Amino acid sequence: MAVVCLHGPLRNLAGGRSEQEITGANVQQLLRGLEDLHPSVTGWILDERGTIRRHINVFVNGERGGEETAVCAADRVEVLPAITGGA
Amino acid sequence: MTELLIGTKKGLFVLEGEPGGAFEVRCRAFPGEPVDFAMRDPASGHALATVTSPFYGPKIWFADDPAGDWIQAEGVALPEGGEEALERIWVIVAGEDGSLYAGGDPGVLFESRDGGETWELNQALRRHRVDEDWQPGGGGLCLHSIVPWPGDPDKLSVAVSAAGVWHTDDHGQTWRQGNRGILARYLPEEARGESSQLCVHRMERSPRRPERMFIQFHGGVYRSDDAGTSWTEIGAGLPSDFGFPIALDPSDPDSAYVIPLQGDYDRVTPGGDVRVYETRDAGETWTPRGNGLPDGQAYLTVLRRAFDRAGEGPSLQLYFGATSGDVFGTGDAGESWFNVATRLPPVFSIAAG
Repeated sequence: MAVVCLHGPLRNLAGGRSEQEITGANVQQLLRGLEDLHPSVTGWILDERGTIRRHINVFVNGERGGEETAVCAADRVEVLPAITGGA
Repeated sequence: MTELLIGTKKGLFVLEGEPGGAFEVRCRAFPGEPVDFAMRDPASGHALATVTSPFYGPKIWFADDPAGDWIQAEGVALPEGGEEALERIWVIVAGEDGSLYAGGDPGVLFESRDGGETWELNQALRRHRVDEDWQPGGGGLCLHSIVPWPGDPDKLSVAVSAAGVWHTDDHGQTWRQGNRGILARYLPEEARGESSQLCVHRMERSPRRPERMFIQFHGGVYRSDDAGTSWTEIGAGLPSDFGFPIALDPSDPDSAYVIPLQGDYDRVTPGGDVRVYETRDAGETWTPRGNGLPDGQAYLTVLRRAFDRAGEGPSLQLYFGATSGDVFGTGDAGESWFNVATRLPPVFSIAAG
């Protein structure tokens, strides 16, 4: 199982736990698994199309990843709000 | 005491005060988040707010007290696996039978029957959007105006930028367009006749004569006397017929208030003067109302949902906010105006009650 690391409001939605062990072959499956485990997360990271929201970044073992990025057991998947500019 | 729920680029501000007197910020919610719209549900008493987080997407929240805890509503999403995602919720309006309606981008309508705690997508209108070539306006494909028919919960009209006016007589099971007479001057002449690319900016219905409706269009102000089947242009007496919001005095079916901007090429108050224009003869004539409003060097932009009313008749209250963060009000139907707030974040919406 991979470890999904959550920050900010996502951590609160996932029961206050910053790390979750979840099974999935790629990032999208992992995030869908997170939604199954914590339905409150639904819609916060993936939109209705299954796309990672534009200003959310996902890193797999420190490398920027996307929905189709493969995930292996013991991989570390960080979900972070992007650094976005503007006022 | 009047309560104003003011949605801004940096949170919800709840102000309280008396018309003509001082208004104070009672509380602020969603600090730092864009609050597109907020209102009170008269049936449940819930405060409702629509928030579009740049990170986490659009949500509707409800609370018994806006100063307390907010709870995320359920069902505010498109069906999974489609080609579109929900982008924003523009407005929430109370229906005639205790229900609530929410309109948003991409041209979607939701209904709640439990005070805004859960929502259901209107599938019939959604099918029109999927099957037909609806085009977005500059602010997206936004369903921004929802006008119930007083006393008949099955009748409802909505307006979409830029997909025109839609009506239902069977509580949203079927929908028909109502755009005859609306002229899209931004399209080539040969394309105007049959086009549905109609950029309505806001639509209102007169409660005492529901067949009477008004539209502020993207260039043009219109009146309908047949429940939105056909429209007559009434903006000839205005300094500009471009603007976003429109408000009515519920006691007078011949009344309307608009806030003209220079034009679609320059969306600020014309000449640096802030004026609300009032008609009491269904658009035959317009009277500028500016007593107490900025006179010169004020280049404000007032967005489509940033104008609302409370009360009626001679004591009609009107409130509008600008992207400058200024909020103005009147307690005497526009005879005189006062500053409600200055230096708020850019104002997206106001709901008065």
